[in-house]
Amino acid sequence: MTTIPSSLRRALRREQRAPVTEPVAAQPGRFEAPPVEIAPNDPLIAYFSGTTGAVDLDSLQLDSQALVGLREAGVRLVVPLVSQGDLIGLLNLGARRSEQEYSADDRKLLYDLAGHAAPAVRVAQLVREQQAEIRQRERIEQELRVAQLIQQQFLPRELPDLPGWQVAAFYRPAREVGGDFYDFIELPGGLVGIVVGDVTDKGVPAALVMATTHSVLRAEAPRLVAPSEVLTRANELLVAEMPAHMFVTCLYAVLDPETGKLRFANAGHNVPYVSHEGAVTELRATGMPLGLMPDMRYEEKEAVLASGATMLLHSDGLAEAHGPDREMFGFPRVAALTGAVAGGEALIDRLLKELSEFTGAGWEQEDDITLVTLECRSVRPAVTGNPRRLLTEFEVASEPGNERLAIDRVAAAVGDLGLTGPQMERLATAVGEATMNAIEHGNNNRPELPVGVRVVADDADLRVLITDQGGGQEALPEVEVPDLDAKLAGLQTPRGWGLFLIKNMVDELHTSIDERHHVIELVVHLNREPGSGADAPGEKGEEPDAPR
Amino acid sequence: MLPARKGKNRMRRGEFGAEVRHHDGTGIIDLYGEIDLAADGPLGAAYDEAVRGDPKGVVLNFAHVDYINSTGIALIVGLLARARKEGRAVGAYGLSDHYREIFAITSLSDFIGIYRDEDSAVVGAGVPAEGGQR
Repeated sequence: MTTIPSSLRRALRREQRAPVTEPVAAQPGRFEAPPVEIAPNDPLIAYFSGTTGAVDLDSLQLDSQALVGLREAGVRLVVPLVSQGDLIGLLNLGARRSEQEYSADDRKLLYDLAGHAAPAVRVAQLVREQQAEIRQRERIEQELRVAQLIQQQFLPRELPDLPGWQVAAFYRPAREVGGDFYDFIELPGGLVGIVVGDVTDKGVPAALVMATTHSVLRAEAPRLVAPSEVLTRANELLVAEMPAHMFVTCLYAVLDPETGKLRFANAGHNVPYVSHEGAVTELRATGMPLGLMPDMRYEEKEAVLASGATMLLHSDGLAEAHGPDREMFGFPRVAALTGAVAGGEALIDRLLKELSEFTGAGWEQEDDITLVTLECRSVRPAVTGNPRRLLTEFEVASEPGNERLAIDRVAAAVGDLGLTGPQMERLATAVGEATMNAIEHGNNNRPELPVGVRVVADDADLRVLITDQGGGQEALPEVEVPDLDAKLAGLQTPRGWGLFLIKNMVDELHTSIDERHHVIELVVHLNREPGSGADAPGEKGEEPDAPR
Repeated sequence: MLPARKGKNRMRRGEFGAEVRHHDGTGIIDLYGEIDLAADGPLGAAYDEAVRGDPKGVVLNFAHVDYINSTGIALIVGLLARARKEGRAVGAYGLSDHYREIFAITSLSDFIGIYRDEDSAVVGAGVPAEGGQR
């Protein structure tokens, strides 16, 4: 029997495509017609489509290759299988074993048989086609799952914790999974590498290229640090491995979280936007995508993210999203929104809200969307050519009295800075108070929560950063002058001196908060006496001024 | 004598201690070690002993104190509030430059006479505080 699947029948109606024929199931000792190719434009198709009942092939006069093939295969009699008006197959019979001609009764029997068999064959065809479709769909779904798995494997599990900064990220893959990726890489000297990239193409191949790029950058960034060198090296490695017609756009930046200084290079990725006090600037640097051509060089630029600035790194999925009328969301709109919204998380929320309204309901996301923001909450201005040294970094458990450990270790670490005796004592008091504040208020005296102490210095300043785990709550209160009169009169608690003392012991006091941490930053200007502390009063003699 | 530990040499580093003497009608409290939360009870008890006999003033000797934190400041504020309520003057001597600075910053030195030595403090503390309610 030759069956004609519905796909072929549809194809035959629409266009001329190569048909597929299938062999009759083999039965030992019986006639078995070998598969016969029937071209879509073979006149035999048209003939049988308009015929009912058994047909003697010998009686046919058609210029048909299929007819020749069937005859050569020993087929003598053909009964079209028709279901709901469609030719779905041919019942092919060889010569009778008695070598007699097929009788009228035989033909009637075959005609009836074909009438009953056709719907059953049709059902079998439909079941088989459906199974094939399911298998195909499962294969695609499986590939999507694999691609997603690969991609998610290489996305950061958590965002870096940078005192004075709020880092936020959003990633949403398109259904077909593009090749977006982002990463944060810890670098020597407290620097942080920031990567946002996009692999052309989709699915598993893109995910694999993304994984390779991720690994290359992770390996090279800590060694080379300089963004232009990192991208140059990544291009060298990727260009040899890259499948045809694929490449990677990638922005790589190195941030000094303590100064806000940012160095960056760009391999053809979207230009980052920086908003500060309502103005938006683009961080432009030229460079070709990775993996396209060998021997590429990448321009390296520098910027400073000041307190209050927010940087947005973004992939095509946002700016190149289309609305119902095919209008593009557009880069100008992204830039304008960046300037209109203060704060990284708020910016991401706003961008997604605007995108949702722009694309309308029922929009199927066209490409991966990646958004990364870095919001600078508190840094000191970068000073060029003034290298900062990490003097010590340690943690103490949140137990009463551990502020003395912090004081001793900080005092030991700053021994070479030439601080005067009074400066050392003021610093000790400030460190002790800030550590106590962290233990009691930030960490609620929970010993398992550490207080982090980091001491850095450059030519101009000594900075002590004291970090507790009390972020995500209310910010540290403004430093107020305690009302001693009210305290002495019993109208206020006698406590509440900590922040006030700290503020008066150092030249600058900065506080910041993020989701997880409070940070108190103490700054002592070097090479001169601090000006903020009150002068020590003279001792009173035998006849002092009467106290109040 | 409060607490049982007495004298600087007997103290471990950081431990608070206080001794009380009376001289010329003034209660003198010799303070030792660190004035922080751990000093809360002993300082109060030392004050109780110092005002036994109802002296006009109380003198705090900081010469052997090596650390005062903000909690310690709060304890001194509490002690001062109590003395003012009782109409007693409070004087202090032996403060390092650093803690004199802190007493100035916190305005404690507006209420506590700061003296160079015990004799002047005892004389000064004999002057009743303004607004005393004895």
